[in-house]
Amino acid sequence: MALNLMEGNEAIGWGAMAAGCNFFAGYPITPATGIYNTMLKLLPPRGGVCLQGEDEIASIGFCLGASMAGMKTMTATSGPGISLYSEQISFAIGSEIPVVIIDVQRLGPSTGSATKGADGDIQFLRWGSSSGLPVIVLAPVDVKDCYLLTGQAFNLAEQYRCPVFIAANKEISMTRETLDLEALDMPSIINRQMADSTASFLPFGTGGKQQVPGFLPIGGDRPVRQTSSTHGADGYITTDPEQIAAMQARLDAKLKTAVSEFTCFEELNVQNADTLVIAYGVTARAAKAAVRRLEKSDHPASLLILKTLWPVPEALIREKAASCQHIVMVEMNLGQYVRELRRLLPDKKIDFLGQMNGELIKPGQIMEVIAHG
Amino acid sequence: MDSLLNESRPAVFCPGCSHEKVMHGVDQALTGMGIAAEGVVIVSDIGCSGLFDVFFNTHAFHGLHGRALTYATGIKMARPHLKVIVTMGDGGLGIGGAHVLSTCRRNIDLTLLVLNNFNYGMTGGQCSATTPREAVVGSGFLNRIEKPMDICQVAGAAGAGYLDRVSAYDKGLVAALKAAMAFDGFSLVDIWGICPGRYTRRNKLTPKTIESDLAQLPSLDDFMARNARVEYSRAYRQEAARQPVVSDPIRIKASCTSPMAGRSEIVLLGSAGQRILTAGELLCLSGAAAGCHATQKNDYPITVMRGHSVTEVILSDTEIEYTGIENPSSVIVLAAEGVNRRKKMLSELSSDTHVIKAAGIELPACQAVISEVDFRARKIKAPDWALAALAILAWQNKILTVEMLKAALKLRFNSAVYEKALRVVEKAAPQ
Ligand code: SF4
Repeated sequence: MALNLMEGNEAIGWGAMAAGCNFFAGYPITPATGIYNTMLKLLPPRGGVCLQGEDEIASIGFCLGASMAGMKTMTATSGPGISLYSEQISFAIGSEIPVVIIDVQRLGPSTGSATKGADGDIQFLRWGSSSGLPVIVLAPVDVKDCYLLTGQAFNLAEQYRCPVFIAANKEISMTRETLDLEALDMPSIINRQMADSTASFLPFGTGGKQQVPGFLPIGGDRPVRQTSSTHGADGYITTDPEQIAAMQARLDAKLKTAVSEFTCFEELNVQNADTLVIAYGVTARAAKAAVRRLEKSDHPASLLILKTLWPVPEALIREKAASCQHIVMVEMNLGQYVRELRRLLPDKKIDFLGQMNGELIKPGQIMEVIAHG
Repeated sequence: MDSLLNESRPAVFCPGCSHEKVMHGVDQALTGMGIAAEGVVIVSDIGCSGLFDVFFNTHAFHGLHGRALTYATGIKMARPHLKVIVTMGDGGLGIGGAHVLSTCRRNIDLTLLVLNNFNYGMTGGQCSATTPREAVVGSGFLNRIEKPMDICQVAGAAGAGYLDRVSAYDKGLVAALKAAMAFDGFSLVDIWGICPGRYTRRNKLTPKTIESDLAQLPSLDDFMARNARVEYSRAYRQEAARQPVVSDPIRIKASCTSPMAGRSEIVLLGSAGQRILTAGELLCLSGAAAGCHATQKNDYPITVMRGHSVTEVILSDTEIEYTGIENPSSVIVLAAEGVNRRKKMLSELSSDTHVIKAAGIELPACQAVISEVDFRARKIKAPDWALAALAILAWQNKILTVEMLKAALKLRFNSAVYEKALRVVEKAAPQ
């Protein structure tokens, strides 16, 4: 056996490289700067591009331009930068621009605490655009996930032509950890579906079962259009309610109907458990410790670790919760994802444990809620 | 080739709008230069000048207000052979000011056409960054108390390689556009025009007044001479090719045997300059050299070279779940700053914990077993105390062995530093 030792941020960089990333742009911000540092070392000597934008808006703008020119792009920031990305995120959603966005969450609100962790952006990532249209958010638990889920994020961004977020956390990104890179099973690379440039190409044309338009790059042999305006299949602004409604419905459905294809999770099934703990991100590690310690106690609990947070993997959550009456949701905020559980599982007793003080939630705190609600 | 204009989408500007003249000027410049539709991208901003992408049968990219230069930069870096033309109004100039300045500084090969008509036409004629103080616009008195800017002087000061001012009505417009587009680097053309829809309803502005106003502005030749340099995307590729390729992450083979079973938590408390974080990394490497899992969390102030420095390491022969410290096996205390940072943890230590403490440092009352080390008496310098403390643990076969520590030193340091580190390890040997 052999091990590697790296921070979550470095693993995100290596994962991006393994997935074929060839363009990165970012603006320095703790706790995400390590990703920029890593990409600056990895990309330029390998023929890729790594840029430092004058601000976050420019950084993601570089990515959107490069992505439409055919590159596989990534940017990384923290809560304050996600706030500045917001309008560009809306653009990427509505105009179907593949981009991987890493949010290394830190304790907010606002400037908050640069070096303290939290999972305070979980609903913000979902709803931080001006459309309400869905996005994909994946949440790593450890350094290994930072590597694997970043690879997965690239595949999803390409396959569905959309922004894909990694909801990391200072507590994973800036924690150094051993992992065995060679033993990891990185999914094989998926690249965006190219369109036929000889046929009558429509930049947002879909049909039949196809929910994602075929791609031709800006700068390719055939002139193509991209626009942030409400557009029809031809990429020109439209005011036709039918075309508008069809486009909105497609953007909504293309991710929501496909979530079972990319529902990532881990579980720990404990026999005779009537309690199911649900957690994500770094908190899932404390939850795992808690569940293992209680395995032989009077209060056994099973564990579901969600790695695909958005779109909500509703079928998975309902299925895994079916045999338990008691649900314990643990997250590093004051109650964000638990809203989804309350919506999906109205008949269950749902206890919530949250914390926003810059500290990790401890296994003991979780054990307490499992046992005593 | 006659025209790159989109026949099925004729221009829809207000009658008499100077944008239409610029649109034809751009078309004639491109076709005159023999640039094909697939060889050019029009990146348009928001506002009336943001309609340009629609009127051309070329590659086109229409994004957010003020951000056109950001997409154009990404596109140019991805497709260096593409001719990239950005159209932006005086509004985009204001909201996207940071991008304008940075693009000038980069000198990337784009042509920015500022369609300057001194107001926000599309939203009702409000004042912009170029509205004269005496103009009557849709922003009430606000423009009277702000100074308009000459974008060419601003861009020149920011490093733009090519600058020009021209009237949309000038016979030399096409030639001016061609020269800007032919420039190998960032070129900016400030094109003064008339917005009859909004601006000239209440303000006098004619092709003649534009011409005489332009003639009075200071020359830009000095800027261009001073700012001449290599184009950015080419300079980038030259520099990138010189960067060393980083080799794959180091694989650490399990070559030693750990003295411990299960999970051990180690906390080092010190101050900046004591190489606390490096010691934490060495602990992780020691663990990995014995096939153990390891995690390391650090705590230090945002500013450097002063204040606390704390590292928390967990070594375990099984998967590490929780990465926080619950019941440390070992706490190494080297500075008061670190003690102050973890007072609560220290006061709650149980008798399971072994504390190694540098002589003279005060600890809160606790149940831990404490051994004091006088590093100075052993002639070990403060920056080496953290390593020496690890060596003390290693000599006692607690947490790690000397063999594990040496393996870690070998992985982490070059041979000169490694030799020095070995001497510290020897100095920490039991006396
Ligand atoms: S509002 Fe002004 S700038 Fe806009 S199209 Fe009309 S005249 Fe031209």
